Order: sequence, then structure tokens, then C-alpha cells
Amino acid sequence: MTSSSAEATRAAGTRAAVRPRRAALVRRERRRKVRRIAWNVVGLALFAVMVFPVFWMLSTAFKPDTEINSLKPTWFSTSPTLQHFRDAIDPQQHPGFWNAVKNSLLIVGVTVVLAIVLAFLAAVALAKYRFTGRKVFVVLMIGILMLPAAGVVIPLYVVLARYGLTNQEDVFPRGAFTGVVLTFLTFLLPFAVWTLRGFILGIPRELEEAAMVDGSSRLGAFTRILLPLVAPGLVATSVFVFITAWNEYIFANLILSRDENHTLTIWLATFTGGARSTDWGALMAASTLTAIPVVIFFLLVQRKIAFGLTAGSVKG
Amino acid sequence: LSSSQVPLGTGAAVEIATSRRRRPLAERTIPYLLVAPVLLVVATILGYPLYKLLTLSFQQYGLAELIQRKGTWIGFDNYVSVLRDEIFWDTLVRTVVFTAACVGLTIVVGTLIALLLVQVSTWVRVLLTAALVLVWSMPPVVAVQVWYWMTNFDNGVLNHILTGLGLGDFSQHDWYATSFSKLAMVTLLVVWAAIPFVTITVYAALAQVPRELVEAAEIDGAGPLRVFRDVTFPILKPILLILTSLSIIWDFGVFTQPYLLIGAGNLDATNYLMGVYIFIEGYGKSDFGRGAAISVLMLLIVMAMSVVYVRRMVRMDDTP
Repeated sequence: MTSSSAEATRAAGTRAAVRPRRAALVRRERRRKVRRIAWNVVGLALFAVMVFPVFWMLSTAFKPDTEINSLKPTWFSTSPTLQHFRDAIDPQQHPGFWNAVKNSLLIVGVTVVLAIVLAFLAAVALAKYRFTGRKVFVVLMIGILMLPAAGVVIPLYVVLARYGLTNQEDVFPRGAFTGVVLTFLTFLLPFAVWTLRGFILGIPRELEEAAMVDGSSRLGAFTRILLPLVAPGLVATSVFVFITAWNEYIFANLILSRDENHTLTIWLATFTGGARSTDWGALMAASTLTAIPVVIFFLLVQRKIAFGLTAGSVKG
Repeated sequence: LSSSQVPLGTGAAVEIATSRRRRPLAERTIPYLLVAPVLLVVATILGYPLYKLLTLSFQQYGLAELIQRKGTWIGFDNYVSVLRDEIFWDTLVRTVVFTAACVGLTIVVGTLIALLLVQVSTWVRVLLTAALVLVWSMPPVVAVQVWYWMTNFDNGVLNHILTGLGLGDFSQHDWYATSFSKLAMVTLLVVWAAIPFVTITVYAALAQVPRELVEAAEIDGAGPLRVFRDVTFPILKPILLILTSLSIIWDFGVFTQPYLLIGAGNLDATNYLMGVYIFIEGYGKSDFGRGAAISVLMLLIVMAMSVVYVRRMVRMDDTP
């Protein structure tokens, strides 16, 4: 009896001591909640601002002309239409869509294949071997990565023109395409080499060594162990090369001046700047069509590739 | 972490031991054979033009010379003409100011959004990150066209929104009336497109900030600003340095956005940026010699600015 009453008084004492602390905790918790709600509101506002241009592109592409040209904007159209997409690729109104798709796929496809094969070899050398001149090669690659396209556009044009690799004088068929592919290659190889090198370095060396101890040659270890492990890296790098080449404008515009050689980005750029007033619906539909493959591919590999240019520095 | 480091360490030791022994000649030539194709492409498609760039800049080289494939040596005349040209200096100053504005806005806003991402609820973070990745993936030419449509003076949605927000009457406001506002539009476009890369990189770096450090500072009574200055910022500093130098190099050489957004018909000496200036002086006016001289000057400036980045990246490249 005595012990239990003593317990009760002790419990009452602690409860009295706890109460103000609990109140302070609750207050702090509530303040944290209010702050979080405030930050969420800011976050949502930023979301709206960032995503708005993309939303507006899609919204315009699908709404009828009356809603586009009205002074009062329609946010979500109640009568969506595909007419602008039909107009955008209509050979009478905006010639050259399918031709541009074909050109883009051809140029980008050849660029990706060549870039990945050549870059992979160099990346293996960088990741697996130590050799005189290695440092110079690394500096060269990163230096080219930093080279502004506008700074080399003039001599590149003069040189390509001299060898008939621009449209001005087609010495051999597809001359301009060769010129563009070679130009893209030069500017994309350093990026591909650098990223692939990172992927190869990520593979544990012991795996390869174990294979060699087991009696396979360096080449055997390479094809059976290294290649499958680096495959995801190869895919990610090719996709990124694809996107960059697909988006390229300055060199493509310079070298492929003839209409029938235009790539999709050049085709899209010709929608504005003409004498006719701009067909906004078709322009936004065309923009959507140009962006779709890039966006899909980008979403697939963004995580893998995002840190290539800053790799290592995060670790501090 | 340590368990994965131990075998790596022994691996490196084995490598050093084998490399001390003289490898057979065939083995030693392998890396050179591997880098040879890349070197060959880079040397022919870039090395030769770069050499050509230097020689062109000392030549009278126009359309006639392009057809004859032979320029006339005129010494430093191109450089003298460029350096005496007010347009060159105006363009240089304008490009520096433009770059400073773009880089400053990109880095500051990008970092602030990254800090915000830490504070918001998960669903907001997922939403905002998705938007950032979507923006990041937009091709530049597409972004230009969307911007052009949004800022159109007849029925561009920007004018409508600004009027609706009560910021004044913006109906039929021409955003391309003055060279300042033209470049301001280019700046907004460039910053909008560049923020995602900065935010997502900085957000990843923020994960490296030890929670205990932040909590310890808070217990010691440090406010959020103090925590940022003394705990978070020092950890972010190396990555911010890299992002800043990358952004400076990219924005200084920007071409597609100003060329297409201002539009070929409206480009003139009052709104040139360096990339556009080179393109118009060299290719547009078919004065390749003079264009080459401007290019050389621009590349020298960019090279000086790249030193920080290149040195950092090379230092991070651990030799196998």
C-alpha cells in the first residue's frame, strides 16, 4: 500500500514535469508542420513556373485555332484536335517532315554507332592501362569538351567546303552528310570517352583478374566479363550521344544548307522567321514531334548520365 | 565502405607490381592502338581546322578565295581591324554582362531550389524533380520556339499572365522592342533551361552533408542562414565551383538561343553576342579571315576561363 502510493506521487511528479515539455514539443511540431506547408506552396509555385512552357506547348498543339488566336487564353481546351499535327507534317504547308526525320535518323544513327565503338576502345585504354601521353590525351578530351562550337564554325566550314563535304560542292554523293557526321563525331567523342571511362572504372577489377587467373586471355576476360558488365553504360552513353546529335543546330544548319538535307531541328527552325505569319498551332505540334523522342530517351537514362560532367567532385 | 576498398587496394598493388616489370612490346602498344581511332578523327576534323583557323586569321579570305582555295597573306590586318572595331568591344562587354547575368541567376536560383527540395514533402519533391527533368530534356530549338510563342506580342500568354497578376497593362507589349529586352528574353530562356542541371547536381551534393553536423549547429543555436554559411556551403563549394565554371563556358559561347529567338532578321550590332557575332561576321558576310581572327580571340578568352574546370577534372582522373 505504502509503496504504491509512493509510486503514485512519483508518477504525478513526473507527469507534472513532462507536461510543459510535451507542450513545447507539440508547439515545435506544429511550427515545423506550418513551415513545411509554406515550403510546399513555394515548391508547387516553382513547379508551375518551370513546367509551364512545356504545358503551354502541348496545350497549344492540341487546341483549335480559334482558341489559339483569341486574346483570352484557353488553359485546357474542351475540344482538342489533332489538326495541327496533320498541318505540321502536311507536304503542302510545311514540306519536308518525313524527309527530315529520315535525315536525322540516318545522321544520328551513324554518329552513335561510330562514336560508341571508337569511344569504347579509347575508354578501355584510359581505364585499364597506364601509358606515356595518357595525361595529354585526358586534357585533350576535356579541352574539346569545353570548346565553344561558335569558335570553330568558320575554319570547319572552310575545311569541309574544300573537301566537298558541304552542300556548296558535292564532290561525292552524301558529301554533306559525311561532313556533318564527322563534325558531330569530333564533338561527341570526348564526352563519350569520358563517360564510358567512368562506367568501366566502376567495374570491380577482381572480376577481370579472376577470369585471367582462370586461364582466359586478356581478350577473353574482356569479352566475357567486361563487355556484359559495361553494357548498361554503353546504352546510356549511346542514348546521350543520340540526344545531343538530334538536338544539334549550329553545325547542321551550316553544313546542310540544302532543303532536302535538312534535319528535324533545322526543319523546325524554318517555321518562324519567314514572311508569312506564324502558324502557332502547327509550330507547337512540330515542336512536340521534335521533342518526343528526346524526352523519352532522356527520361530513361538521365539518372545514369547526369553526373558524368561533374563526376567525383560530389564526393568532396 | 571499407570492405569494398580493401580488395580494390590490393588490385591496384598487383597492377603496380606488374607494371614495374617490363611488359612485352606488344602489350605496351595496346593502349596506343585503342586511342588511335579517336585521335585520328579528332586530329583530322578538329586539329586541321584549328591549324586552319590560325592561318585563316592572317589571310584575306572571302568567297573568291574559298572558291580558289587560296587566301592572301595579310599579316595582322584582320586582328588590327577587329581590335579597332567598336562593335567587337561592345559585343565583348555585352557578352560578359550577359554571361554574368545568366550564370549568376542559374547558380543562385538552382541552388535555392535544391535547398528547397530538402524542405518540402516527398510528393512535392517528386513533382518538382519530374518537372526539372522534363525541362532539362527539352531540345534547345524546341525551347526557343515555345518561348517565341509565349512572348509573342499579339496574343502571347506571358502578356496575359502579367496583366492578370495586376503588374500593369501588358497587352500587346513587345518583348523584342529594345536590344535590352531581346537579350533579357534570351537570358530567361537560357536560365530556365540550365536550372535543372544545377539543381539536380547540387541536390545530390546536399545528400553528402552530414545530418549530425547540421543538428549540432542547430543545437548550438545557429539559425538556418548560419547553418548554410558554415556547414552546408563549405561542403557544396567544390561542386558549385565546377558548375559555375561550366556555366560560364557554356553561356559565353551560346549561339542557338540568341540566333533563333532574336531571329536572323533582327540581329544587328546592338544585340550581338560573341557566338552570333562570329557567325555573322565570318559566315554571313563571307569574310572568313576576319571571322577567324574573332574566333581566335574568343577561344583565347574561353581557354583562360576553362583552366579551373580542366585542372579539376584532370586531377580527379585517377590513373589506373
